[in-house]
Amino acid sequence: MTRALILLRRRLVGSVFVLLLVVIGTFLLLEAAPGDAVDAYIVSTGGDAGMIELLRHRWGLDQSELTRLANYLWALLHLDLGQSVTFSRPIRDVILERLPNTLLLMVSATALSFGLGSALGIYAGARPGSARDRVLSIGSLALYAVPGFWLGLVLIVVFAVDLRWLPIGGIETVASDKTGLDRASDIAIHLILPVAALGFIYLALYLRMMRAGMAEAWRQDFVLAARARGLSRRRVVLAHVARNALLPLITMLGLQSAQMLGGSVVIESVFSVPGLGRLAQEAVASRDTPLLLGIILTSAVLVVVINLLVDIAYAFLDPRVGAGEAGA
Amino acid sequence: MSPIRRFLRTPEAVAGAILLAALIAMALIAPLLFPGDPQAIAGPALLPPFQDWSLPLGTDRLGRDVLAELFHGARTSLAVGLAAAAAALAIGSVVGTLAGFAGGVVDEVLMRITDAFQTVPSFLLALAFVSVVGPSLGIVVIAIALGTWPGPARIARAEVLSIRERDYVASARAIGMHPLEIAFREVLPNALPPGLAMSSVIVAAAILTEAALSFLGLGDPNRVTWGGMIAEGRAVLRTAPFLSIIPGIALVLTVLGVYLAGEGIVETTAVRRGLS
Repeated sequence: MTRALILLRRRLVGSVFVLLLVVIGTFLLLEAAPGDAVDAYIVSTGGDAGMIELLRHRWGLDQSELTRLANYLWALLHLDLGQSVTFSRPIRDVILERLPNTLLLMVSATALSFGLGSALGIYAGARPGSARDRVLSIGSLALYAVPGFWLGLVLIVVFAVDLRWLPIGGIETVASDKTGLDRASDIAIHLILPVAALGFIYLALYLRMMRAGMAEAWRQDFVLAARARGLSRRRVVLAHVARNALLPLITMLGLQSAQMLGGSVVIESVFSVPGLGRLAQEAVASRDTPLLLGIILTSAVLVVVINLLVDIAYAFLDPRVGAGEAGA
Repeated sequence: MSPIRRFLRTPEAVAGAILLAALIAMALIAPLLFPGDPQAIAGPALLPPFQDWSLPLGTDRLGRDVLAELFHGARTSLAVGLAAAAAALAIGSVVGTLAGFAGGVVDEVLMRITDAFQTVPSFLLALAFVSVVGPSLGIVVIAIALGTWPGPARIARAEVLSIRERDYVASARAIGMHPLEIAFREVLPNALPPGLAMSSVIVAAAILTEAALSFLGLGDPNRVTWGGMIAEGRAVLRTAPFLSIIPGIALVLTVLGVYLAGEGIVETTAVRRGLS
C-alpha cells in the first residue's frame, strides 16, 4: 500500500502543476475576449464614461495583464474566484450553489452507464460471437451515435409531452415547499430523463469495452485452466473472465469524467437543470468571463479529484499498481 | 483475400459505407438540388412532412424548406467533422512526435500541457473559445480540434517511443540528418497508423460536438446546421416535434455511418497491425 501512496503523492504534485497550467491558459484565453466585465456590467445597468473609468479602476482592470494574472492567482490561493457581474455575488457562492445538481446528475448518469453497460457487456461477452452478442454490439454502436441533447428532446416528447409521465425539466417542483423524503423523491423524478439522456450515451462505451476485454480474456491461459478444473460456466464468466475485463473500465471512469461534465452542459440546458453546465451557458450568453473562468477551473479540479479517486480505487483493486507503473 | 473483398464481406462495414456515401452525395448535390439560400422562406410555416410534395419534409416555424436545410446541413456537418479531425490528428501527431522523440524536459513540458488540455472538459473549452473569438465555421473547427488533439498526441508519443530506437532511425542519425528532419521524415510517418485507426471515432465525435455547439447557438450563424435546426424546432416541440426529430435522425445515421465504415476499414486493412 505504501507504493500506492507514493504514486498518489506524485500524482497530486503533478495535478497541482497541471491545474496551474489550466488557470494560466484559460485566463489568457478569456483575456483575449473583446470587452471586459465592465462592458458587460454597463450593458446591463447603463452608465457614462466616468463610471466606466471608475469601475475599471475599482475592479483592477486598468492594470497590466500580468499583474491581473498574479492578482487572480493570489486570490485563488484564498479560494476567492472574484465577483460575478451578472449575479452581483461572489462567483464561488454561485458555483457552490449549482455544483450539487451537476454532481447529482453526473453520479447518477455514471452509475447508470457503468452499471448497466458493464452488465450488458458481461452478458454479450459471455458468449462471444453469439446472436445476442452481435445484437448488443450493433445496438450499442447505434446508441453511441446518438447526440445526448437530441435523445433528451426525444425523451421529453415521449415521456413528458405525449405520455405526461414525467416532468419536462427543472430539478424540482417550483415553490412546492416539499421537505425530506418528499423532496428527495421529487428531485429523483425530475432527474430520470436527464440522467437517461446523459447516461445512455456512455452506456455503449462501457458495454463495448467490457465486451472487448472479455473477448481478450477468453483467450488467456488462466481461463482455460479454470475451465479445465471443471468450474461452472457461470463461475468462469463472472469470477475469471469478467473480473479481469473490469479493470480497464475503471480507468475509463476517470477519463470519461471530463467528457461527462462537458455533456452535462448541453443536457442541463435541454432539461433546464440549474447546474454548473447551464451556468456556463449563462456565463457565455451574458459575457461574464470571470464566471466562465471559475466554472472551467471548478470543472478541472473536479476532473483531477475524480481521477485521483479512480487511481486510489485502482490501487486497491489491482495490487500490481505502483510496482512498475511509476513512469506513466 | 484482398482488403476490399474482406470489407465487402462485412455487412456492418458495407452498411456504413452506404450511409457515408449517401451523406457525401447529399452534401455534394445540395447546391444543385436546392440552389439559392436554404434559409429563405419557401412556403407556409409549420407544414407537416409528407403533405405537399414540393416540400416533402415540410417547413419550419419560418416556412423554410426542411429538406433543403437538411441537405445543406450535411455540408456543414461533414466539413466541420473532417476538418476538425484532420486538425486534431495533425496537431496531435506533431506534439506527440516532438515529445516522444525529444524526451527529457521537452517531453515533460509537452505532456503536462497535454494533461492540462485533458483536464478541462473539451466541450467547455470549445464553448469558451467560440464565445471569445466569435462563431464562424473556421473557429468552430479550431474549437473542436483544441479539445481533441491530446488523444492522438498520446498515441503518437507512445508509438514514437517504440520507433525511435529502431535501426533505421539510428542510421539516419549516423548519416548526420538533423534531429527535426529525422523526427518528421523518418519517425512521424511510421507513427501515424495507430492515430489514423482512431480517426473515425474522432470524426464522429467532432460531428457530434459541432451539433451540440450549434444547438446551443454557437455555430456559424450564416450556415444551416443540424444542431441549429434541432434548436429551432425545440421552440415548437409540443406541436411540431418532427422539426427536431428529423435532423437528429440525420445526425445519428451520419455518425453511425462514420463509425461502421471506419471500423470496417480498420478491421480489414493493414492499419490494424499498427495497433497490436
